[in-house]
Amino acid sequence: MPAVQETVERVRRIDVDQYRYGFETLIESDKAPKGLSEDTVRFISAKKNEPAWMLEWRLEAYRRWLTMTEPTWARVNYPKIDYQDIHYYAAPKPKKTLSSIDEIDPEILKTYEKLGIPLREVAILEGVEPPPGSEPSANRKIAVDAVFDSVSVATTFQKELKAAGVIFMPISEAIREHPELVKQYLGSVVPTSDNYFATLNSAVFSDGSFVYVPPGVRCPMELSTYFRINERNTGQFERTLIIADKGSYVSYLEGCTAPQRDENQLHAAVVELVALDDAEIKYSTVQNWYPGNSEGLGGIYNFVTKRGDCRGNHSKISWTQVETGSAITWKYPSCILRGDNSRGEFYSIAISNGHQQVDSGTKMLHLGKNTSSRIISKGIAAGKSQNTYRGLVTAHRKATGARNYTACDSLLIGDKCGAHTVPYVEAKNSSATFEHEATTSKISEDVLFYCTQRGLSQEEAVGLVVNGFVKDVLQQLPMEFAVEAQKLISISLEGSVG
Amino acid sequence: MSLLEVKDLKVRVEEREILHGLTLTVNPGEVHAIMGPNGSGKSTLSHVIAGKPGYEVTDGQILFRGEDLLEMEPDERAAKGVFLAFQYPVEIPGVTTWNFLHTALNAQRKARGQSQLSSPEFLKKVREVAKSLNIPQDMLKRGVNVGFSGGEKKRNEILQMALFEPAVCILDEMDSGLDIDALRIAADGVNALRSPDRAMVVITHYQRLLNYIIPDFVHVMSRGRVVKSGGKDLALELEASGYAQFEDAA
Repeated sequence: MPAVQETVERVRRIDVDQYRYGFETLIESDKAPKGLSEDTVRFISAKKNEPAWMLEWRLEAYRRWLTMTEPTWARVNYPKIDYQDIHYYAAPKPKKTLSSIDEIDPEILKTYEKLGIPLREVAILEGVEPPPGSEPSANRKIAVDAVFDSVSVATTFQKELKAAGVIFMPISEAIREHPELVKQYLGSVVPTSDNYFATLNSAVFSDGSFVYVPPGVRCPMELSTYFRINERNTGQFERTLIIADKGSYVSYLEGCTAPQRDENQLHAAVVELVALDDAEIKYSTVQNWYPGNSEGLGGIYNFVTKRGDCRGNHSKISWTQVETGSAITWKYPSCILRGDNSRGEFYSIAISNGHQQVDSGTKMLHLGKNTSSRIISKGIAAGKSQNTYRGLVTAHRKATGARNYTACDSLLIGDKCGAHTVPYVEAKNSSATFEHEATTSKISEDVLFYCTQRGLSQEEAVGLVVNGFVKDVLQQLPMEFAVEAQKLISISLEGSVG
Repeated sequence: MSLLEVKDLKVRVEEREILHGLTLTVNPGEVHAIMGPNGSGKSTLSHVIAGKPGYEVTDGQILFRGEDLLEMEPDERAAKGVFLAFQYPVEIPGVTTWNFLHTALNAQRKARGQSQLSSPEFLKKVREVAKSLNIPQDMLKRGVNVGFSGGEKKRNEILQMALFEPAVCILDEMDSGLDIDALRIAADGVNALRSPDRAMVVITHYQRLLNYIIPDFVHVMSRGRVVKSGGKDLALELEASGYAQFEDAA
């Protein structure tokens, strides 16, 4: 059989069911009844012991949401979501009030162990060697916040962070303990009225992480949150808020997985980043939600709003993402370059296989003077997937000297998939310099034959070509994630060629 | 036992027969030149020996040290010692030549049950090989064939040939796209790799390559068959009289 035909056959048989995080944890949970109403919002707020202002904020968002309609402009297709058929809150039932990690349900601890996430405070992630030249001391530590369905189950290294003045805690706790900070910044980057899914999140978000780094502090370790959707028919609506005060620096990692289920599950998160004068935030994501099976059944609907505000002069926000999971991805981590001389970066690897649909990209909004941004997007489509890059770069009238460089590259594996690039560029200022480059290529039979003639197997050949393709983005990831991401890329593409 | 035996090989591409029963026997230490006009099936022969997908073998055999080569995947054939120097080597952006060669060599060694070479071990070896062929080290750091000139691409092929130490090397139209200086450099590289244990099959349209790589045997292909075989003088004869005389013979 000619190779092209064989590849097509193989791709047709692709088993996306090789998803390795598809197990389910059997624990008792405390759920809100299905459906969404003011009562649901009140229920969640009460569960979290929230102050009245927070409930009001949620209710306002809920009322706003009722007047909105679901966006349809993205290049994704999915059956209508029944918002009344979802549980908006699920929490593992605590046996009693927890005072330390040791009291967490062992089943949940086991779950995180299976996922390879250390909830116990270990200095170095197992199996990862420190990069050459790095200090093997405190900066090798990673503080973890683990969110299980709707609640945060553990946050590690609290004491050490506290000593540095860094606040890293579940947002539900921050609302109670640091209301002044939350009030000041929550919704200041992604307003409650922003878009359908963000507004929904504002009404029903249940947990997520909160980070505040005080002026002049370089956060002593990487901060990390792992999100896990476990419950059936449950949506996950987490909310993350990170504030880097003047002259501070923080690097934050986010990882996501979910069990394998036949039905689709909704994930609508909101992430807000605020960088004040001279502050820098580096936000990295390895998203590996369940992508659905080979027939396109099940998988996570990932509708996420992520935005960073470079509010201060000389501030910098950098997004790096490796997207391999989800049935549908609708996600555009963006930067508002408000401060003069501020800088935004977006580095992305989006891989789609099987029946996955990805519509992802970024927005760089240049408002301040001499602002600069850089976008490097690598889309890889295999199987019957559709992979779209959608980007917006604008320069405001006052944004003199704005500069952007965009490079969007797409790689196709097989001939049943599609890659699309939709860049929007608007310069209202004649001094703006915007560059855009885009390429689409295919792993051709010729490249595969060349590699196999040199002794590589087909899978090794694809892995090598893909890793070469994504190299400049992988280099942006913190080391631990880079290793994980590289593995994930090869797993995601297993069986994508004949 | 012969190193490579092609017996009465019939090959089709998309329902059209390209090779109509080709026979060729190659022993260790021999250099065979295969000449013929465009479309005579020379490149098809090299592709089928190396296992390029897309060709259907309808009859005949290819034996390598008595083993059925057609039953093996391309990477298995490579590990056994079959090397094809490509007419048009591909570019692989983002993958350094160094990394590519290291990965490939270790894949072959693994298939042969040999130990894996560590980075320092490999670096030492590849540097020695590059030096012996006068290939600048700088080439190893660049992406595989990315931005290489025609001559550099061919030298990269010869570097790999030297590094992998194959038993049989098939050189597919090595002279295409090379000026006379680049051709001489490439040919010198090939000559340096001639050895009593190694056989070479040099595929070419023009006689000029054979001024630099002197063959032991010359075979003329026309319309999917070997129509005449002889010594190195046959090439000169062809140069004088052209391929037309064989068109009728086929």
